Amino acid sequence: MPVINVEELTDLDKAKMEVTQLKTEVKLERAKVSKCCEEISEYIQSGADEDPLVKGIPEEKNPFKEKGGCVIC
Amino acid sequence: MASQEESSQPSDTLTTLKTESETLKTKLEEERAKLHDVELHQVAEKIEALGQFVIKTRRTLKGHGNKVLCMDWCKDKRRIVSSSQDGKVIVWDAFTTNKEHAVTMPCTWVMACAYAPSGCAVACGGLDNKCSVYPLSLDKNENLAAKKKSVAMHTNYLSACCFTNSDMQILTSSGDGTCALWDVESGQMLQSFHGHAADVLCLDLAPSETGNTFVSGGCDKKACVWDMRTGQCIQSFETHESDINSVRYYPSGDAFASGSDDATCRLYDLRADREVAIYSKESIIFGASSVDFSFSGRLLFGGYNDYTINVWDVLKGTRMSILFGHENRVSTLRVSPDGTAFCSGSWDNTLRIWA
Repeated sequence: MPVINVEELTDLDKAKMEVTQLKTEVKLERAKVSKCCEEISEYIQSGADEDPLVKGIPEEKNPFKEKGGCVIC
Repeated sequence: MASQEESSQPSDTLTTLKTESETLKTKLEEERAKLHDVELHQVAEKIEALGQFVIKTRRTLKGHGNKVLCMDWCKDKRRIVSSSQDGKVIVWDAFTTNKEHAVTMPCTWVMACAYAPSGCAVACGGLDNKCSVYPLSLDKNENLAAKKKSVAMHTNYLSACCFTNSDMQILTSSGDGTCALWDVESGQMLQSFHGHAADVLCLDLAPSETGNTFVSGGCDKKACVWDMRTGQCIQSFETHESDINSVRYYPSGDAFASGSDDATCRLYDLRADREVAIYSKESIIFGASSVDFSFSGRLLFGGYNDYTINVWDVLKGTRMSILFGHENRVSTLRVSPDGTAFCSGSWDNTLRIWA
């Protein structure tokens, strides 16, 4: 696979690469923000019930709970 | 990199190219703005607010002699590897707080460490400009440093490293402005990623379902998404006002969050190709050093240079909680693989497990 040797790039090379890169980025296919946000929302909501840090887990099931008996702080 | 298809005109001077760059950047913003019809928190208005919850320190891992700079979880959800300014890399059992392995690196400021997917090795590096892999031995008396394998070589410090989906390849980012993909066995560079204009400080691999991409963030305030096979930058985002210290993919792989010295965290949606949320408060003036999502993506945890951890509601953009405990900057933060806890490392030499 081709590998770029950064040390050998001149300022002109870098400027050309930047222009080529930007031309590619301008042409990207984009989706509407409202649609993307809806999808993020749905994804989160479908997973939120299994998210231990959101719902909390009962002490007995928490592997990091304080060990019973003497607790050394 | 694709060979230049357009023929080089003699008039392709630096100045004309720079002007063309600026014009293209403006056009890029215009194209993005066309689809910007709403903000994430507006879409989230109809969602129920999260109730109050309590997260507290459950374990404190003490043992490093100096600032903790990086940490990573093992896939077994209980082991952790951490690295420090004192040159030590320690593997802990987070349930018991016992130290299972310790390695002394030949350099100080070990800024990066990562656990191999198999759980049988760790990778680390920093001011030595390298990324080395240490197989973890079951024999506690064995000298781990003897089996060390040098994999990556950069021309400046190693800022982050991460195994790809197997123990066989490692992705690295460096102060030399590049990222690279390496074959662990041979130490050969498989691909290099050039596009950042300054030090690259962080990277994160896309969740395996989303394919071969990763995101990087740097001192040039840019976050770039890369195609691992071609070395091409697919998308880039430049909305932060200072260094980007941390980038983390959202669990579905369609978005990523970033934390920056500009005291904000931001969410970028890859299909909309823009920033869709900003997590900030006037009272938060110190940089965010590290970010990670809870299992479902509902919460974003941010470790900050003011010693606190802020917990953000990703959808509504509001701060849910502020966690105190560390006595110096929080430098690294990762949620465990199953989301039951998260670990933070700090310049106060300790790591804390929160649940």
